This record gives sequence, C-alpha cells and structure tokens, in this order.
Amino acid sequence: MANEYVVRTKDLVKEYTMGDQTLKALNGVSLDIYRGEYISIMGPSGSGKSTLFNAVGGLDKPSSGSVFINDVDMAQLDAQELAYLRCHTIGYIFQTFNLIPVMTALENVTLPTVFAGMSTDEGVERGIELLELVGLGGRLHHKPSELSGGQQQRVAIARSLANNPSIILADEPTGNLDLNTGKEIIDLLKSLNKDQGVTIISATHDLKMLDVSDRIVWIRDGQIAKVEERKDLDIRIGEMEGQEALH
Amino acid sequence: MSEPVSASGTVIRRQIKLPFTKAVEISLKSIRIRFWRSMITAAGILLGIAFFASVRMSAVFSHAQQTRVDEKRATLARGGKLSAEDVILINSAAANAKEEAAAGTRLQWLSIMALLVCTVGITNSMLMSVTERFKEIGTMKCLGALDSFIVKLFFIESCFLGFIASVLGFVVGWLVISLIRLAMDGVEVFGPYFWMQSLRLCGQSAAIGTVLTFLATIFPAYRAAKMPPVAALRAEV
Repeated sequence: MANEYVVRTKDLVKEYTMGDQTLKALNGVSLDIYRGEYISIMGPSGSGKSTLFNAVGGLDKPSSGSVFINDVDMAQLDAQELAYLRCHTIGYIFQTFNLIPVMTALENVTLPTVFAGMSTDEGVERGIELLELVGLGGRLHHKPSELSGGQQQRVAIARSLANNPSIILADEPTGNLDLNTGKEIIDLLKSLNKDQGVTIISATHDLKMLDVSDRIVWIRDGQIAKVEERKDLDIRIGEMEGQEALH
Repeated sequence: MSEPVSASGTVIRRQIKLPFTKAVEISLKSIRIRFWRSMITAAGILLGIAFFASVRMSAVFSHAQQTRVDEKRATLARGGKLSAEDVILINSAAANAKEEAAAGTRLQWLSIMALLVCTVGITNSMLMSVTERFKEIGTMKCLGALDSFIVKLFFIESCFLGFIASVLGFVVGWLVISLIRLAMDGVEVFGPYFWMQSLRLCGQSAAIGTVLTFLATIFPAYRAAKMPPVAALRAEV
C-alpha cells in the first residue's frame, strides 16, 4: 500500500572536519517528500544541496539524523540491502550522464535489470520499451560516444527507470546541456512524473526547473531557507529573447 | 520485476546478482575498449613469462645435451666407436659443465626477479585502470552493484589478460631459444623429451602468469570495490 511520504529526513546533520575546524554542510534538515511529487532542491554552490541529495540517495551517510525511504531507515541497512535499495527503489540521473562507455544504449539500460535478476530476454524487452518511451527507439545499438548530450541523458533517464523505481534522483540533469535540450529533458522528466507517478527529486541551479516542480526547496547554509509550492510562485521564467528564432 | 519495499517492514529482500556470463561479457568489453592500455599491461606479463620460459627451456636443452653426451660416453665405455664430432661434443661438454650449472642458477634467480617486477607492474597498471574508471564504478554501484561485482569484473579481466599473455609469452620464449638451439646443435636435441618438457613448461607458464596477475589485482580490485558510489557524481576525473 502506498504511504503518503516516499522520503522523509529528520534533523539531518552532516559535518566535515577540515583541520581543527568542523564544517556543518547540513544543519538540521527535516524534509518530507510526498509520493508522486516533483521536487526541486535549489541553492547556490556550497549550500549543502548536494550533501542533502547524497544523503537522500543513500550515497553518503549523515553524521546524525535519519533518512527514511518508504519508511525504511537507511541507517539500518547493510551493504547488500543498500545495494538492493539503489537497484530497485531509486533511479539516479547525473549531470555528466555517466553511461558506461563500453556498452550500447540498450546494454546500459539493461544493466540494472541484470543486477535485479531479470532474464536477458525480459531485460532487453524492458530496455527497448524504455528507450522507445524516451524517444530513442532508433538508437538502441549506439555507443554513448555516438550520441549527443541530450540523447545520452535520455538513455540515462531510461536506465534510471529500468527497475520501476519509486524515486528518481536527478543531480543537475540539465547542467551539461544547452537551453533547448535542457528544456526537452525537463519536459521528459515531467511527463514521466505525471504518467508513471514516479517521484522526482532534482538538485539544480536551473530556473527552467521551477516551472514544472510541485515544490521547490531552497537550501542556504545547510538549512532549509524556504519551501515554496509552485502555485504560490510568481516567477516568470519567460523565453529568452531570440528563442523563437531558434525554432 | 521489482516489488515495492514493504511499507511496514525493515525487511528488504536481498536479491542482487551478476551472472557469471554477464560479468565475462562486461570484462571482455572493458578490455576491448581500452585495447592498447590492456595490451601494455599484457606486454608486461608477456615479457616476464617469455624470459622465464627461455631460461627454463635453456635448462631443458642443457639436460637433453647432457643425456646425449652420457649416451656417447656409454657407447665409448662399451668399446664402441665414436665419430670425430662426438669426441668434440664430449670434450666441450666436460669443459662447459661447471660454468653452465653456475650460469643456470643465476638465470633462475633473474627469472624470478623478472616475474616479481612484472607483478609490481601489473599492480600499478591495474591501479591506474581503477582511477580511470572511478565514475564507471561509482555509477555501477548507484545502479545497485555490490562490492563483489566490481571485484569479480576486475578479476575476470585480469585473469583473462594474464592467461593469454602468459601463453603468448611462453611461445615467444620457447621459439627464440628453440631456434637458437636448432642453429647451434641441429635437430638431434628435439627428441620426445624436448616435446614433453615444452608441454609441461607451457602449462607451468600459463599457471604462473595467471596466478601472478591474479595476485597483482587483489589490491587494485579491493580499492575499486571500496569506492563510494558518490564518486559517480563528481563531475571531473
């Protein structure tokens, strides 16, 4: 049964020791994320945005406080269970795409299904279905080096969906893409969010993201500065001048 | 397909796996894509084993030669007749015996040293390969790979390289020494003893090469496996 919150953090603190100084990258962050939400974590570099993101994704252990994914306390999990969580429950999308260079688009998408113990035929079927979903049905057997940045990110998105995760964590997914390609990727993420009901958590600088987010969490100095609902938001993202001419 | 984690439980099923055939497939691809780097690693093993094989083959030939000399001596003792060539052979063998034995021991030591040096070389190049693949390994871990998968991939890759390179190294060492001996002593030394020993040495070389490569990869593979998944997020490297 689907519980209301997919991710909850409680009093999250992350300290880094530099010489004799202790730096608090996160200083008591409590955040509840609803199932099926599209949430953006915004903040300047060094604000603790990435640290929060890593903690939520189970990529880094907090110094204190806890993270619950589907009501499971991450701190309680051992290495195997964490791996299982990463494989089945969380899909990751990276700024630098991070496709495995030696594998084709299809093999990249199929890899998580291999880890999940799916048979090859099933996995391939699933891979093709997903690549078609992200609009790359015609490029199944291309290597990442033969794809454009936007296409690589689409493959990465397909890969993140391979095992039907309940959460997709996107770390600056548009950071390495030009304006239009970035917009396409954001639209794709939004449509996946709407159609598949997957929760999307994205750390970003990209103001284009605001437009599609249900909520925006602003992080400053390791604390949540404010959480805004989109309907309360009155920002005109607007097209850049000369945008139309490009189409 | 994935099943949602039970809402109530801290129980998460553990069912992450990497079938052996898949692991082999990925490893071979890794070798292919970094073909020249892999070949340089392999060349280190190849040269070490070639040296080892050549030293051992020389010993085999010396032994074969000695057997031949002993046979001639036996013939002589029985009162048989020897050709002028055979007399020269016996005399030179007697003169060289001591020197050859000493040189043989020295060479054995040298070949062991060569193998040690090549082991260190493999460790070094595997460590570099780990650094090169920071992001790839981190990504795999984000996709749910266990530490053991990463170790598996590195071991398969290095054992494969080690085996192929050792066999080739044996062929090189064997060929060089055999050709030299063929030119020096003629075909008479290539008896069944020679072929038997060659075969044995081939197996020995392959085993030593593979085992050494395996040993040399333990530390790098461990380092790779311990890499935090966060490494995948770092933009540089």
